[in-house]
Amino acid sequence: MASSRLVAPELATIDIKGTTREAFLIRATLAAGATYGALSATPYITKALAQDGGGDVDILNFALTLEYLETEFYTRAVAQVKGLSGDEMKLAKELRDNEAEHVDALAATVKKLGGTPVKKPSLDFGAAFANRTSFLKTANTLEDAGVSAYNGAGPLIKSVDVLAAAGSIVQIEARHAALIRLIRSKPPAPLAFDKPATMDAILAKIKPFIG
Amino acid sequence: MTDSALRELADDPSSRKRFFKMMGGAGAVSAFGVLLAACGDDDDKKDTASTPAAADEPAKKDDGAKGDIAVLNFALTLEFLEAEFYAKVIDSGIVKDKKVAAIATKFGETEQEHVDALKATITKLGGKPVSAPKTKFEETIDKGLMTVLETAADVENLGASAYLGAAGRIKNKDVLAAALSIHSVEARHAAALNQLLGRGFGGKGGLKGTLPDGAFAKGMDEAAVLAAVKPFLA
Repeated sequence: MASSRLVAPELATIDIKGTTREAFLIRATLAAGATYGALSATPYITKALAQDGGGDVDILNFALTLEYLETEFYTRAVAQVKGLSGDEMKLAKELRDNEAEHVDALAATVKKLGGTPVKKPSLDFGAAFANRTSFLKTANTLEDAGVSAYNGAGPLIKSVDVLAAAGSIVQIEARHAALIRLIRSKPPAPLAFDKPATMDAILAKIKPFIG
Repeated sequence: MTDSALRELADDPSSRKRFFKMMGGAGAVSAFGVLLAACGDDDDKKDTASTPAAADEPAKKDDGAKGDIAVLNFALTLEFLEAEFYAKVIDSGIVKDKKVAAIATKFGETEQEHVDALKATITKLGGKPVSAPKTKFEETIDKGLMTVLETAADVENLGASAYLGAAGRIKNKDVLAAALSIHSVEARHAAALNQLLGRGFGGKGGLKGTLPDGAFAKGMDEAAVLAAVKPFLA
Protein backbone atom coordinates (compact mmCIF):
# COMPACT_ATOMS: atom_id res chain seq x y z
CA MET A 1 0.00 0.00 0.00
CA ALA A 2 1.14 3.54 -0.71
CA SER A 3 2.93 4.88 2.33
CA SER A 4 1.01 8.14 2.05
CA ARG A 5 -2.13 6.26 3.02
CA LEU A 6 -0.54 4.78 6.14
CA VAL A 7 -1.35 6.45 9.44
CA ALA A 8 1.99 5.41 10.89
CA PRO A 9 4.35 4.50 8.03
CA GLU A 10 7.26 4.38 10.45
CA LEU A 11 5.93 1.07 11.77
CA ALA A 12 5.89 -0.34 8.27
CA THR A 13 9.67 -0.04 8.07
CA ILE A 14 10.16 -2.57 10.85
CA ASP A 15 10.58 -6.13 9.68
CA ILE A 16 10.59 -9.09 12.04
CA LYS A 17 11.56 -12.36 10.42
CA GLY A 18 10.59 -15.89 11.23
CA THR A 19 7.69 -18.27 11.03
CA THR A 20 6.84 -18.46 14.72
CA ARG A 21 3.41 -17.48 15.92
CA GLU A 22 5.02 -14.65 17.89
CA ALA A 23 6.74 -13.23 14.81
CA PHE A 24 3.47 -13.39 12.92
CA LEU A 25 1.59 -11.60 15.72
CA ILE A 26 4.20 -8.84 15.83
CA ARG A 27 4.23 -8.46 12.06
CA ALA A 28 0.45 -8.15 12.03
CA THR A 29 0.49 -5.77 15.00
CA LEU A 30 2.98 -3.54 13.18
CA ALA A 31 1.02 -3.75 9.93
CA ALA A 32 -2.26 -2.90 11.66
CA GLY A 33 -0.52 -0.14 13.55
CA ALA A 34 1.05 1.28 10.43
CA THR A 35 -2.30 1.25 8.67
CA TYR A 36 -4.69 2.26 11.42
CA GLY A 37 -2.45 3.68 14.15
CA ALA A 38 -0.89 2.36 17.32
CA LEU A 39 -4.22 1.97 19.15
CA SER A 40 -5.36 -0.72 16.73
CA ALA A 41 -2.90 -3.08 18.42
CA THR A 42 -5.32 -3.40 21.36
CA PRO A 43 -8.29 -5.03 19.61
CA TYR A 44 -6.01 -6.91 17.25
CA ILE A 45 -4.03 -8.54 20.04
CA THR A 46 -7.15 -9.25 22.11
CA LYS A 47 -8.77 -10.96 19.13
CA ALA A 48 -5.66 -12.79 17.92
CA LEU A 49 -4.69 -14.12 21.34
CA ALA A 50 -8.29 -15.12 22.07
CA GLN A 51 -8.41 -17.03 18.80
CA ASP A 52 -5.14 -18.77 19.64
CA GLY A 53 -6.70 -20.02 22.85
CA GLY A 54 -3.23 -20.20 24.33
CA GLY A 55 -2.26 -19.82 27.96
CA ASP A 56 -0.21 -17.33 29.90
CA VAL A 57 3.06 -18.77 28.57
CA ASP A 58 2.00 -17.96 25.01
CA ILE A 59 1.00 -14.44 26.00
CA LEU A 60 4.30 -13.96 27.82
CA ASN A 61 6.24 -15.19 24.81
CA PHE A 62 4.40 -12.67 22.65
CA ALA A 63 5.38 -9.95 25.10
CA LEU A 64 8.94 -11.31 25.19
CA THR A 65 9.17 -11.01 21.41
CA LEU A 66 7.96 -7.43 21.61
CA GLU A 67 10.55 -6.64 24.27
CA TYR A 68 13.32 -8.26 22.17
CA LEU A 69 12.24 -5.95 19.37
CA GLU A 70 12.31 -2.87 21.57
CA THR A 71 15.65 -3.74 23.16
CA GLU A 72 17.22 -4.26 19.76
CA PHE A 73 15.61 -1.05 18.49
CA TYR A 74 17.20 1.08 21.19
CA THR A 75 20.51 -0.83 21.10
CA ARG A 76 20.91 -0.11 17.41
CA ALA A 77 19.66 3.45 17.85
CA VAL A 78 22.35 4.17 20.43
CA ALA A 79 24.97 2.91 17.99
CA GLN A 80 23.63 4.44 14.80
CA VAL A 81 21.55 7.57 15.31
CA LYS A 82 23.41 10.82 14.73
CA GLY A 83 22.34 14.14 16.13
CA LEU A 84 20.85 13.14 19.46
CA SER A 85 21.48 15.56 22.29
CA GLY A 86 23.31 14.36 25.40
CA ASP A 87 20.02 14.01 27.25
CA GLU A 88 18.38 12.21 24.35
CA MET A 89 21.24 9.72 24.09
CA LYS A 90 21.00 9.18 27.85
CA LEU A 91 17.28 8.54 27.49
CA ALA A 92 17.82 6.08 24.62
CA LYS A 93 20.30 4.13 26.75
CA GLU A 94 17.94 4.10 29.72
CA LEU A 95 15.09 2.87 27.56
CA ARG A 96 17.35 0.20 26.08
CA ASP A 97 18.31 -0.94 29.57
CA ASN A 98 14.68 -0.99 30.72
CA GLU A 99 13.64 -3.13 27.74
CA ALA A 100 16.56 -5.50 28.35
CA GLU A 101 15.37 -5.95 31.95
CA HIS A 102 11.89 -6.68 30.60
CA VAL A 103 13.34 -9.36 28.32
CA ASP A 104 15.13 -11.01 31.22
CA ALA A 105 12.09 -10.90 33.49
CA LEU A 106 9.69 -12.25 30.87
CA ALA A 107 12.05 -15.07 29.87
CA ALA A 108 12.49 -15.99 33.54
CA THR A 109 8.72 -15.97 34.09
CA VAL A 110 8.13 -18.22 31.08
CA LYS A 111 10.69 -20.68 32.43
CA LYS A 112 9.18 -20.54 35.92
CA LEU A 113 5.83 -21.49 34.39
CA GLY A 114 7.43 -24.47 32.70
CA GLY A 115 7.52 -22.96 29.24
CA THR A 116 10.30 -22.35 26.75
CA PRO A 117 11.15 -18.69 26.14
CA VAL A 118 11.19 -17.73 22.47
CA LYS A 119 14.50 -16.74 20.99
CA LYS A 120 15.43 -13.26 19.88
CA PRO A 121 14.06 -12.82 16.35
CA SER A 122 15.93 -11.49 13.36
CA LEU A 123 15.00 -7.84 12.92
CA ASP A 124 15.35 -5.10 10.36
CA PHE A 125 14.42 -1.52 11.20
CA GLY A 126 14.77 -0.05 7.74
CA ALA A 127 15.43 3.68 7.76
CA ALA A 128 14.43 4.20 11.39
CA PHE A 129 17.94 5.25 12.41
CA ALA A 130 18.62 7.49 9.41
CA ASN A 131 18.38 10.58 11.60
CA ARG A 132 17.12 11.90 14.90
CA THR A 133 13.68 12.68 13.53
CA SER A 134 12.96 9.23 12.13
CA PHE A 135 14.33 7.55 15.26
CA LEU A 136 12.14 9.62 17.58
CA LYS A 137 9.06 9.22 15.42
CA THR A 138 9.52 5.45 15.24
CA ALA A 139 10.25 5.21 18.96
CA ASN A 140 7.09 7.21 19.70
CA THR A 141 4.83 4.98 17.65
CA LEU A 142 6.56 1.79 18.74
CA GLU A 143 6.12 2.61 22.42
CA ASP A 144 2.48 3.62 21.85
CA ALA A 145 1.88 0.37 19.95
CA GLY A 146 3.57 -1.59 22.72
CA VAL A 147 1.27 -0.06 25.32
CA SER A 148 -1.73 -0.84 23.15
CA ALA A 149 -0.56 -4.42 22.56
CA TYR A 150 -0.06 -5.07 26.28
CA ASN A 151 -3.48 -3.53 27.01
CA GLY A 152 -4.95 -5.89 24.44
CA ALA A 153 -3.28 -8.91 26.01
CA GLY A 154 -4.05 -8.06 29.64
CA PRO A 155 -7.66 -9.23 29.77
CA LEU A 156 -6.63 -12.64 28.42
CA ILE A 157 -4.09 -13.36 31.13
CA LYS A 158 -5.33 -16.03 33.55
CA SER A 159 -2.95 -15.71 36.49
CA VAL A 160 -3.10 -12.58 38.66
CA ASP A 161 0.65 -12.85 39.18
CA VAL A 162 1.31 -12.84 35.45
CA LEU A 163 -1.13 -9.94 35.09
CA ALA A 164 0.77 -8.05 37.79
CA ALA A 165 4.04 -8.69 35.94
CA ALA A 166 2.59 -7.57 32.61
CA GLY A 167 1.03 -4.55 34.30
CA SER A 168 4.31 -3.55 35.89
CA ILE A 169 5.90 -3.61 32.43
CA VAL A 170 3.16 -1.84 30.46
CA GLN A 171 3.20 1.02 32.95
CA ILE A 172 6.87 1.55 32.11
CA GLU A 173 6.16 1.41 28.39
CA ALA A 174 3.51 4.08 28.88
CA ARG A 175 6.00 6.24 30.75
CA HIS A 176 8.51 5.66 27.92
CA ALA A 177 5.89 6.73 25.41
CA ALA A 178 5.21 9.92 27.33
CA LEU A 179 8.92 10.79 27.58
CA ILE A 180 9.57 10.24 23.87
CA ARG A 181 6.49 12.32 23.05
CA LEU A 182 7.72 15.18 25.20
CA ILE A 183 11.06 15.19 23.36
CA ARG A 184 9.11 15.46 20.11
CA SER A 185 7.01 18.28 21.59
CA LYS A 186 3.92 16.10 21.34
CA PRO A 187 1.24 15.69 24.03
CA PRO A 188 2.37 12.91 26.38
CA ALA A 189 -1.16 11.62 26.86
CA PRO A 190 -3.26 12.77 23.91
CA LEU A 191 -6.18 10.45 24.62
CA ALA A 192 -8.08 9.82 27.85
CA PHE A 193 -8.03 6.07 27.25
CA ASP A 194 -5.26 3.96 25.71
CA LYS A 195 -7.69 1.92 23.70
CA PRO A 196 -9.84 2.72 20.68
CA ALA A 197 -13.24 4.23 21.40
CA THR A 198 -14.95 1.72 19.19
CA MET A 199 -13.40 -1.73 19.16
CA ASP A 200 -15.98 -2.98 16.62
CA ALA A 201 -15.08 -0.53 13.90
CA ILE A 202 -11.39 -1.27 14.32
CA LEU A 203 -11.94 -5.00 14.43
CA ALA A 204 -13.80 -4.80 11.15
CA LYS A 205 -10.90 -2.91 9.61
CA ILE A 206 -8.16 -5.21 10.86
CA LYS A 207 -10.01 -8.38 9.85
CA PRO A 208 -7.46 -9.07 7.06
CA PHE A 209 -4.71 -9.30 9.68
CA ILE A 210 -6.62 -11.70 11.88
CA GLY A 211 -7.48 -14.20 9.18
CA MET B 1 16.42 20.73 40.64
CA THR B 2 12.78 21.62 40.31
CA ASP B 3 13.33 25.36 40.43
CA SER B 4 16.02 25.34 37.78
CA ALA B 5 14.05 23.02 35.51
CA LEU B 6 11.12 25.38 35.57
CA ARG B 7 13.32 28.43 35.29
CA GLU B 8 14.95 26.93 32.23
CA LEU B 9 11.54 26.35 30.76
CA ALA B 10 10.49 29.88 31.57
CA ASP B 11 13.65 31.51 30.27
CA ASP B 12 14.78 29.42 27.36
CA PRO B 13 12.44 29.67 24.38
CA SER B 14 13.83 26.63 22.60
CA SER B 15 13.61 24.53 25.74
CA ARG B 16 10.10 25.75 26.34
CA LYS B 17 9.15 25.20 22.74
CA ARG B 18 10.57 21.73 22.75
CA PHE B 19 8.88 20.73 25.94
CA PHE B 20 5.62 22.57 25.84
CA LYS B 21 4.41 22.44 22.28
CA MET B 22 1.11 20.99 23.33
CA MET B 23 -2.13 22.90 23.58
CA GLY B 24 -4.95 20.69 24.75
CA GLY B 25 -3.75 17.80 22.62
CA ALA B 26 -4.62 19.40 19.31
CA GLY B 27 -2.35 18.83 16.37
CA ALA B 28 -0.36 15.92 17.66
CA VAL B 29 -3.24 13.49 17.81
CA SER B 30 -3.11 11.34 14.74
CA ALA B 31 -5.95 11.58 12.26
CA PHE B 32 -6.75 8.05 13.32
CA GLY B 33 -7.07 9.07 16.93
CA VAL B 34 -9.37 11.91 16.04
CA LEU B 35 -11.46 9.57 13.96
CA LEU B 36 -11.70 7.17 16.86
CA ALA B 37 -12.62 9.86 19.33
CA ALA B 38 -15.32 11.04 16.95
CA CYS B 39 -16.72 7.52 16.76
CA GLY B 40 -17.91 7.85 20.32
CA ASP B 41 -18.01 5.59 23.33
CA ASP B 42 -18.10 1.86 22.74
CA ASP B 43 -19.85 0.99 25.99
CA ASP B 44 -23.13 0.63 24.16
CA LYS B 45 -21.78 -1.22 21.20
CA LYS B 46 -20.74 -4.70 22.20
CA ASP B 47 -19.07 -7.03 19.78
CA THR B 48 -21.76 -9.62 19.18
CA ALA B 49 -19.38 -12.19 17.71
CA SER B 50 -18.47 -14.59 20.46
CA THR B 51 -14.89 -14.67 21.55
CA PRO B 52 -13.55 -17.12 24.10
CA ALA B 53 -12.19 -14.59 26.52
CA ALA B 54 -14.24 -11.41 26.15
CA ALA B 55 -17.33 -11.08 28.30
CA ASP B 56 -20.04 -9.96 25.90
CA GLU B 57 -23.18 -10.56 27.91
CA PRO B 58 -25.20 -7.45 28.63
CA ALA B 59 -24.45 -6.10 32.09
CA LYS B 60 -26.72 -7.53 34.73
CA LYS B 61 -26.80 -7.10 38.45
CA ASP B 62 -25.16 -10.09 40.12
CA ASP B 63 -22.87 -10.81 43.00
CA GLY B 64 -20.00 -11.42 40.63
CA ALA B 65 -20.05 -7.73 39.76
CA LYS B 66 -19.90 -6.59 43.40
CA GLY B 67 -16.16 -6.94 43.61
CA ASP B 68 -15.61 -5.11 40.34
CA ILE B 69 -17.98 -2.36 41.43
CA ALA B 70 -15.96 -1.91 44.61
CA VAL B 71 -12.70 -1.66 42.64
CA LEU B 72 -14.23 0.80 40.20
CA ASN B 73 -15.59 2.94 43.04
CA PHE B 74 -12.09 3.02 44.53
CA ALA B 75 -10.77 4.17 41.16
CA LEU B 76 -13.63 6.69 40.91
CA THR B 77 -12.66 8.23 44.25
CA LEU B 78 -9.13 8.77 42.94
CA GLU B 79 -10.35 10.17 39.64
CA PHE B 80 -12.69 12.58 41.48
CA LEU B 81 -9.67 13.73 43.49
CA GLU B 82 -7.51 14.23 40.42
CA ALA B 83 -10.21 16.04 38.45
CA GLU B 84 -11.01 18.32 41.39
CA PHE B 85 -7.34 19.02 42.01
CA TYR B 86 -6.65 20.17 38.45
CA ALA B 87 -9.88 22.20 38.37
CA LYS B 88 -9.00 23.98 41.63
CA VAL B 89 -5.45 24.61 40.46
CA ILE B 90 -6.66 26.21 37.24
CA ASP B 91 -9.31 28.25 39.05
CA SER B 92 -6.78 29.53 41.56
CA GLY B 93 -4.77 31.25 38.83
CA ILE B 94 -1.55 30.10 40.47
CA VAL B 95 -0.27 28.74 37.16
CA LYS B 96 0.86 31.79 35.24
CA ASP B 97 2.70 30.02 32.44
CA LYS B 98 0.24 29.40 29.60
CA LYS B 99 1.86 26.14 28.58
CA VAL B 100 1.88 24.65 32.09
CA ALA B 101 -1.73 25.76 32.44
CA ALA B 102 -2.51 23.95 29.19
CA ILE B 103 -1.03 20.74 30.62
CA ALA B 104 -3.05 21.07 33.81
CA THR B 105 -6.20 21.78 31.82
CA LYS B 106 -5.66 18.82 29.50
CA PHE B 107 -4.86 16.42 32.31
CA GLY B 108 -7.87 17.66 34.28
CA GLU B 109 -10.16 17.12 31.30
CA THR B 110 -8.84 13.59 30.96
CA GLU B 111 -9.47 12.83 34.62
CA GLN B 112 -13.00 14.14 34.22
CA GLU B 113 -13.48 11.75 31.29
CA HIS B 114 -12.27 8.97 33.57
CA VAL B 115 -14.81 10.05 36.22
CA ASP B 116 -17.62 9.99 33.68
CA ALA B 117 -16.59 6.62 32.24
CA LEU B 118 -16.24 4.97 35.65
CA LYS B 119 -19.61 6.29 36.81
CA ALA B 120 -21.22 4.95 33.65
CA THR B 121 -19.56 1.56 34.01
CA ILE B 122 -20.48 1.20 37.68
CA THR B 123 -24.09 2.08 36.89
CA LYS B 124 -24.17 -0.35 33.99
CA LEU B 125 -22.91 -3.10 36.30
CA GLY B 126 -25.83 -2.38 38.61
CA GLY B 127 -23.81 -0.52 41.20
CA LYS B 128 -24.01 2.91 42.78
CA PRO B 129 -21.13 5.29 42.01
CA VAL B 130 -19.64 6.96 45.08
CA SER B 131 -20.01 10.69 45.44
CA ALA B 132 -17.15 13.09 44.95
CA PRO B 133 -15.14 13.28 48.17
CA LYS B 134 -14.76 16.59 49.98
CA THR B 135 -11.25 17.85 49.48
CA LYS B 136 -8.97 20.46 50.97
CA PHE B 137 -6.63 21.26 48.12
CA GLU B 138 -6.60 24.94 49.06
CA GLU B 139 -3.86 24.23 51.59
CA THR B 140 -1.70 22.70 48.85
CA ILE B 141 -2.35 25.54 46.44
CA ASP B 142 -1.53 28.11 49.12
CA LYS B 143 1.96 26.65 49.35
CA GLY B 144 2.75 27.79 45.85
CA LEU B 145 3.35 26.56 42.30
CA MET B 146 6.18 24.16 43.08
CA THR B 147 4.11 22.36 45.73
CA VAL B 148 1.21 22.24 43.31
CA LEU B 149 3.30 20.61 40.61
CA GLU B 150 4.92 18.18 43.01
CA THR B 151 1.50 17.23 44.34
CA ALA B 152 0.24 16.70 40.81
CA ALA B 153 3.16 14.41 40.07
CA ASP B 154 2.76 12.55 43.35
CA VAL B 155 -0.97 12.03 42.82
CA GLU B 156 -0.54 10.82 39.24
CA ASN B 157 2.21 8.40 40.28
CA LEU B 158 -0.11 7.22 43.05
CA GLY B 159 -2.95 6.78 40.58
CA ALA B 160 -0.81 4.64 38.31
CA SER B 161 0.27 2.49 41.27
CA ALA B 162 -3.35 2.21 42.40
CA TYR B 163 -4.63 0.91 39.07
CA LEU B 164 -1.72 -1.54 38.84
CA GLY B 165 -2.39 -2.78 42.36
CA ALA B 166 -6.11 -3.16 41.72
CA ALA B 167 -5.98 -4.86 38.31
CA GLY B 168 -5.71 -8.36 39.75
CA ARG B 169 -8.97 -7.92 41.69
CA ILE B 170 -11.07 -7.26 38.61
CA LYS B 171 -13.14 -10.24 37.41
CA ASN B 172 -14.91 -8.94 34.30
CA LYS B 173 -12.58 -8.87 31.30
CA ASP B 174 -14.17 -5.79 29.74
CA VAL B 175 -13.84 -3.92 33.02
CA LEU B 176 -10.21 -5.00 33.19
CA ALA B 177 -9.64 -3.76 29.63
CA ALA B 178 -11.10 -0.40 30.58
CA ALA B 179 -9.00 -0.20 33.77
CA LEU B 180 -5.83 -1.03 31.84
CA SER B 181 -6.63 1.67 29.28
CA ILE B 182 -6.81 4.21 32.10
CA HIS B 183 -3.79 2.82 33.99
CA SER B 184 -1.43 3.56 31.10
CA VAL B 185 -2.79 7.09 30.72
CA GLU B 186 -2.14 7.83 34.41
CA ALA B 187 1.38 6.49 33.82
CA ARG B 188 1.83 8.92 30.95
CA HIS B 189 0.68 11.78 33.16
CA ALA B 190 3.03 10.70 35.94
CA ALA B 191 6.03 10.47 33.62
CA ALA B 192 5.28 13.85 32.07
CA LEU B 193 4.98 15.57 35.44
CA ASN B 194 8.08 13.82 36.81
CA GLN B 195 9.87 15.09 33.74
CA LEU B 196 8.52 18.61 34.17
CA LEU B 197 9.87 18.66 37.70
CA GLY B 198 13.28 17.55 36.51
CA ARG B 199 13.05 14.38 38.56
CA GLY B 200 16.00 12.57 37.10
CA PHE B 201 16.05 13.34 33.44
CA GLY B 202 17.37 16.83 33.92
CA GLY B 203 20.76 15.41 34.68
CA LYS B 204 20.88 13.86 38.08
CA GLY B 205 21.21 10.11 37.93
CA GLY B 206 19.45 9.14 34.74
CA LEU B 207 15.75 8.46 34.76
CA LYS B 208 15.48 6.99 38.21
CA GLY B 209 13.37 9.91 39.30
CA THR B 210 11.25 9.94 36.20
CA LEU B 211 10.75 6.20 36.56
CA PRO B 212 10.44 6.09 40.34
CA ASP B 213 10.57 2.30 40.59
CA GLY B 214 12.97 1.59 37.75
CA ALA B 215 12.15 -0.79 34.91
CA PHE B 216 9.17 -2.37 36.69
CA ALA B 217 6.33 -0.33 38.14
CA LYS B 218 5.09 -1.23 41.60
CA GLY B 219 1.42 -1.55 42.41
CA MET B 220 -0.03 -0.30 45.67
CA ASP B 221 -2.96 -1.83 47.50
CA GLU B 222 -6.14 0.11 48.15
CA ALA B 223 -5.54 0.70 51.85
CA ALA B 224 -2.10 2.17 51.20
CA VAL B 225 -3.38 4.40 48.41
CA LEU B 226 -6.28 5.72 50.48
CA ALA B 227 -3.90 6.41 53.34
CA ALA B 228 -1.66 8.36 50.97
CA VAL B 229 -4.51 10.58 49.73
CA LYS B 230 -6.00 11.15 53.20
CA PRO B 231 -4.16 14.49 53.61
CA PHE B 232 -6.14 15.86 50.68
CA LEU B 233 -9.52 14.87 52.07
CA ALA B 234 -11.52 17.29 54.17
